[in-house]
Amino acid sequence: MEAAAGGGCGSGPPLLLSEGEQQCYSELFASCAAAGAAVGGPGSGPPEAARAVPSAATAAAGPVADLFRASQLPAETLHQITELCGAKRVGYFGPTQFYIALKLIAAAQSGLPVRIESIKCEVPLPRFLMSKTDAEIRFGNPTELHGTKVQIPYLITEKNTFKRMDDEDKQQETQSPTMSPLASPPSSPPHYQRVPLSHAYGKLRSNTEQMHPAPYEARQPLVQPEGPSSGAPGTKPPRHQASLIRSFSVEREPQDNNSNYPDEPWRITEEQREYYVNQFRSLQPDPSSFISGSVAKNFFTKSKLSIPELSYIWELSDADCDGALTLPEFCAAFHLIVARKNGYPLPEGLPPTLQTEYLQAAFPKPKRECALFDSYSESMPANQQPRDLNRMEKLSVKDMADFPVPTQDVTSDDKQGLKSTADEALPRDVSEDPATSKDSNSLKARPRSRSYSSTSIEEAMKRGEDPPTPPPRPQKTHSRASSLDLNKVFQPSVPATKSGLLPPPPALPPRPCPSQSEQAPEAEIHPQLNRAPSQAAESSPAKKDIPYSQPPSKPIRRKFRPENPATENQDTSTAVGGPASAATVKPHAAVQKQSSKQKKAIQTAIRKNKEANAVLARLNSELQQQLKEVHQERIALENQLEQLRPVTVL
Amino acid sequence: MAVCVAVIAKENYPLYIRSAPTENELKFHYMVHTSLDVVDEKISAMGKALVDQRELYLGLLYPTEDYKVYGYVTNSKVKFVMVVDSSNTALRDNEIRSMFRKLHNSYTDVMCNPFYNPGDRIQSRAFDSMVTSMMIQVC
Repeated sequence: MEAAAGGGCGSGPPLLLSEGEQQCYSELFASCAAAGAAVGGPGSGPPEAARAVPSAATAAAGPVADLFRASQLPAETLHQITELCGAKRVGYFGPTQFYIALKLIAAAQSGLPVRIESIKCEVPLPRFLMSKTDAEIRFGNPTELHGTKVQIPYLITEKNTFKRMDDEDKQQETQSPTMSPLASPPSSPPHYQRVPLSHAYGKLRSNTEQMHPAPYEARQPLVQPEGPSSGAPGTKPPRHQASLIRSFSVEREPQDNNSNYPDEPWRITEEQREYYVNQFRSLQPDPSSFISGSVAKNFFTKSKLSIPELSYIWELSDADCDGALTLPEFCAAFHLIVARKNGYPLPEGLPPTLQTEYLQAAFPKPKRECALFDSYSESMPANQQPRDLNRMEKLSVKDMADFPVPTQDVTSDDKQGLKSTADEALPRDVSEDPATSKDSNSLKARPRSRSYSSTSIEEAMKRGEDPPTPPPRPQKTHSRASSLDLNKVFQPSVPATKSGLLPPPPALPPRPCPSQSEQAPEAEIHPQLNRAPSQAAESSPAKKDIPYSQPPSKPIRRKFRPENPATENQDTSTAVGGPASAATVKPHAAVQKQSSKQKKAIQTAIRKNKEANAVLARLNSELQQQLKEVHQERIALENQLEQLRPVTVL
Repeated sequence: MAVCVAVIAKENYPLYIRSAPTENELKFHYMVHTSLDVVDEKISAMGKALVDQRELYLGLLYPTEDYKVYGYVTNSKVKFVMVVDSSNTALRDNEIRSMFRKLHNSYTDVMCNPFYNPGDRIQSRAFDSMVTSMMIQVC
């Protein structure tokens, strides 16, 4: 096959491969093709995906590029190799191109110059240092692990070198090889970025929970034993050998469906994001606040990256250069560190997918939750249990919103007085819970948190209700019972007349001022008329004795019969005197029953009238002031006029 | 427009020094070194007043036949020295001030990095790129 392929190449010298090489290359090619098929299928990716024709005849550029990178050759060399092997020319990695490329890689690794002629030389198998996950994915053939051991490309022909590589690989944690990605082949960058490490990633994700205490060092040993359990179709020897820490390998393939960014390694996946957020929380419980520089420094120093590199990562991720990291900045920094540890060179600038706005937009959920959480925690400072109380607080907020407008002002005061009313609130919980709870279970479960809002609102409402119903006051003068009774009988307008008759009445019921002003003259007329005939008649003392009883009846009658002031007064007064006295007797008994109601009515009336008085007094003063101002203006204008006059008068 | 930019620490050792023309770098280093005396002189002259009243921009420190040297000192006694070509007559004071302001801003950004220890050489790429942008305009 190789010979045929070599013969079919045509463009270059015939490719002569040894047995071992043939086997190795074919394995590699098959795996690349297989991986490429797997890769090219699900992923939409950049247009170069079209080149990764999912056919056995070509190896996908992605895995191929990965493989080349793993050869640890400098970028230019790989560049040259890809050019030479003809992949660029034909646009894909066919078998011939692939084999030529591998041969050239081997040559380069042996120190030979990269030229077409090199493929004629006898060179050892190319060495590839690869991550275990790469191996797992790419070489996820269900072939027997041990069987393929010999043929695995990163094995070299000699056993001791194999062992040496083992050691090397294990030390690779500290080496962090800087594999510069193949920049020139246009297909490669997206592809080799697009390492379909989803399987390994999923496996590693499961390990993250265990990795928290020892974020960096412990991961590798954890990952290794966990590897087989994940069920990834990986090969065990590669796992042992591959030593690049893939603990935070970036998942790209499944995520690429959304957009065709050329910088997929810099895309943060959901699981990664969760992990970063958890780490953030461990450093700083409030997810919407910052991590200070020193805290972050200590944390990131654990990654064992060099200080200049960490400094550069910080420079990239701290977008606002304030010396502190917000959550998106922290995620970006963490992601860069992870990428760096996995061998990706640091970018020149912050990739768009790592920028703060993008991160905030792309993953708003954690931030939103955090923001909600924070707002609730702020509003309920006394809460100690965050999660459950979130629900509690939501309910309480709802309750507070449901209460009618008049209590809104009070609720704001309540919040301030929450702590002060806390003690009062607790004993009232039970009584008020049924009234306010929407979720009675939660209320009973968290009486403390609910009570702050509910009880205070209840109190407020009670307080609000109190003023309208003043407590009953003791009657000042019981002698006014009859008058009260008559007042009630003759309606509130009647007392207006009474006030006119008796100016300083100790228990006169308050009357509305307008009515008072209107009726006062009338009332005064009538009492005067009353007095006139009453004085004339000798029943005056009796009438005077019952002044309160009389006046209400008399004025009304006066009103009814205004045209008969004099004569009818006498008649009516005497007549009224009788019924009035009788009336006083009758209601006297009923007065006591109605006194309480009347008292309340009177007091409310008193209060209302007092308020009205106050309002009118204020109005009066304002008008007085306006009058003064107008006067002054007038004076000023007159002065001006006088000044102007002599001018006009010629 | 600048031919050489230098950041000198409080103790008068360089934190960052970079010249545009790669040849004769030593000459610029000497120039910057000698300018430090002038800077100190200017600081002490103004130093009688309170620090708040002190101007950060020191202005032209001294001219040579080919170059002019400008100085700027921060409140933490970190000095910026800039050497510009005398033939570049279009350069006005405002522009020099704005260049110093940019330098100062970049320097504060460098300081904000917790991994930067004050007193270390400045190796920030952002700072480098900013200085490059200032020096590129020479042509």
